[in-house]
Amino acid sequence: MHKEFSPDPDGKKSAGSKKIYRAPDKRNIQGRKRCGEFLGRSAAFLAAALVVALTVSIIYFIGSKGLATFTVHGVRVTEFLFSTQWWPDRPLEEGGPAVGSLTFILGSLLVSLLAVAVSAPLSVIVAVFMVEIAPVWGQRALQPAIEILAGIPSVVYGYVGLSLLVPFIRNYLGGEGFSVLAGFIVLSIMILPTIISVSTDSLRALPPQWKEAALALGSTRWQTIRLVLVPAARSGLITAVVLGLARAFGEALAVQMVIGNTRTIPHSLLEPTITLTSAITMDMGYTIMGSLWNSALWSMGLILLLMSFLFIMVIRVVVRGGMVR
Amino acid sequence: MNARLADRLATVMFWMGAAAVLAILALLLGYILWHGIRVIDWRFLTTPPQTIAAGGGVGPQIFNSFYLLLLTMFITAPLGLLAGIYLAEYAGKGRITEYIRLSIETLTSLPSIVVGLFGLLIFVNMTGWGYSLMSGALALAVINLPLMVRISEESIRSVPCELREASLALGATRWETMWRVILPSAFPGLVTGAIIAAGRVFGEAAALLYTAGMSSPILNFSDLNPWSPTSPLNPFRPAETLAVHIWKINSEALIPDVRRVADGSAAVLILVVLLFNICARWLGRRIYRRLTAM
Repeated sequence: MHKEFSPDPDGKKSAGSKKIYRAPDKRNIQGRKRCGEFLGRSAAFLAAALVVALTVSIIYFIGSKGLATFTVHGVRVTEFLFSTQWWPDRPLEEGGPAVGSLTFILGSLLVSLLAVAVSAPLSVIVAVFMVEIAPVWGQRALQPAIEILAGIPSVVYGYVGLSLLVPFIRNYLGGEGFSVLAGFIVLSIMILPTIISVSTDSLRALPPQWKEAALALGSTRWQTIRLVLVPAARSGLITAVVLGLARAFGEALAVQMVIGNTRTIPHSLLEPTITLTSAITMDMGYTIMGSLWNSALWSMGLILLLMSFLFIMVIRVVVRGGMVR
Repeated sequence: MNARLADRLATVMFWMGAAAVLAILALLLGYILWHGIRVIDWRFLTTPPQTIAAGGGVGPQIFNSFYLLLLTMFITAPLGLLAGIYLAEYAGKGRITEYIRLSIETLTSLPSIVVGLFGLLIFVNMTGWGYSLMSGALALAVINLPLMVRISEESIRSVPCELREASLALGATRWETMWRVILPSAFPGLVTGAIIAAGRVFGEAAALLYTAGMSSPILNFSDLNPWSPTSPLNPFRPAETLAVHIWKINSEALIPDVRRVADGSAAVLILVVLLFNICARWLGRRIYRRLTAM
């Protein structure tokens, strides 16, 4: 009797008669588990490492192409950054070629700063409204509205700007319609959802006791918001605005469609100008790889890349310095 | 001005701010749909565009947009999920984690035109594919990847810790716990996030101008061999998406009915984005209900 239930060393004797329970080989399962764990962990790590590799290669390739203007074609950095002489196709006899891109840089800075100046106050107002003031139905209406605004593709913003805003400006305010004004209005609407959602998050993260304490001291709601909540959420709000600025600075097609793309420094909001992104968009397909004109466009891409680094650094410094203690 | 009056005025200001945002959205959607819905019919959705005559549609462009989206998601979904798992589960507080996070931040804030330039250099020129769906999909993957990583990290982190501890206490390895316990409960968040990311990618255009190209070859929709040059499924053919089409016809088209085609395309684009949004919410809620049996 006992024999049948004891493990059979060579497994021949009772093979046909009765099924025998075999304890699973523990070492083997442990081994397989460890192997699975190792494989899974490595795959996850490789995917994360790929993100780093991708970033490094983007920096390397854009950097090396962008620097060719200075290393291969011998343009001085100061000339590229601070000159407005843009004659990339003018022959040597007529004083060319020159690739001063100050006009483009100024155009980009101008429209994105104006866009933020319009968008940031409105966004903070809406964020405070959503967190502190709105009744439940107000939040239910605004949250999806902001998500939809964020989801609308930038070409659609550009197209509405082109078919609604540009004729409006032309008919009622004067000028060609294609203008700095149209550019920054389109951008300011595009960056609204970015600023609103980050500001809302930072206002929601504040400890409720602060508000309660302020109200208990007899402050009105406005005083609480202005003197306690907004200052306390300062670092989050600045982060939101910088993110909005970054988005406005890098936006290409929507701006290109409404800004007019003339290589002149504008003297009023109703005049057209050009930005770095729209110059790249328009000319990249028509220039020959490796020519001076082409290299100058890559250098503009490099400027965009460096600007986005600058924005990340600003956010990091602000967040680190403004932690709620 | 006394405090009470200031409070009243401020309240009015906040209400007006919120109303302004809703009004902007209503104006945008109303304008696009009002002009666009009248254009959309079956012919517009299925016929190819005309080059000089009026009356063209956007059939191939719609197909290209969805196909490109599919290719992009095939590339980013697994990579994003794995990298998200690494950050949520394995990453310590070391220098390497710091580099990974910095890279994700960098990729997130890169202007899409810069990604397009990178794609032009690497996927179009160095690989020798030329303007192609594959180049476009890889460029879009670069834009989509940081978003997917963040989405998967967040939905994995939002799974309650007790589930993980219970599974580990039963002797499961971390990977088994992740695969059998945590990912199923993070699934609703993952799906919702992925669909929203897909909506973003669907409307992207700047990165595609010089990667997927600004033209579509004549396609033969009965040819399903992915290696044939006229097949719509061939991933190495140039492809113009709907978003790129809107931009292109507005800046350089010769057709007399630019306005009509652009209105219709913008409306289709908006409707698809709205559809993605609604689907994401509905699906997320449905899966959540099924998983929690509520």
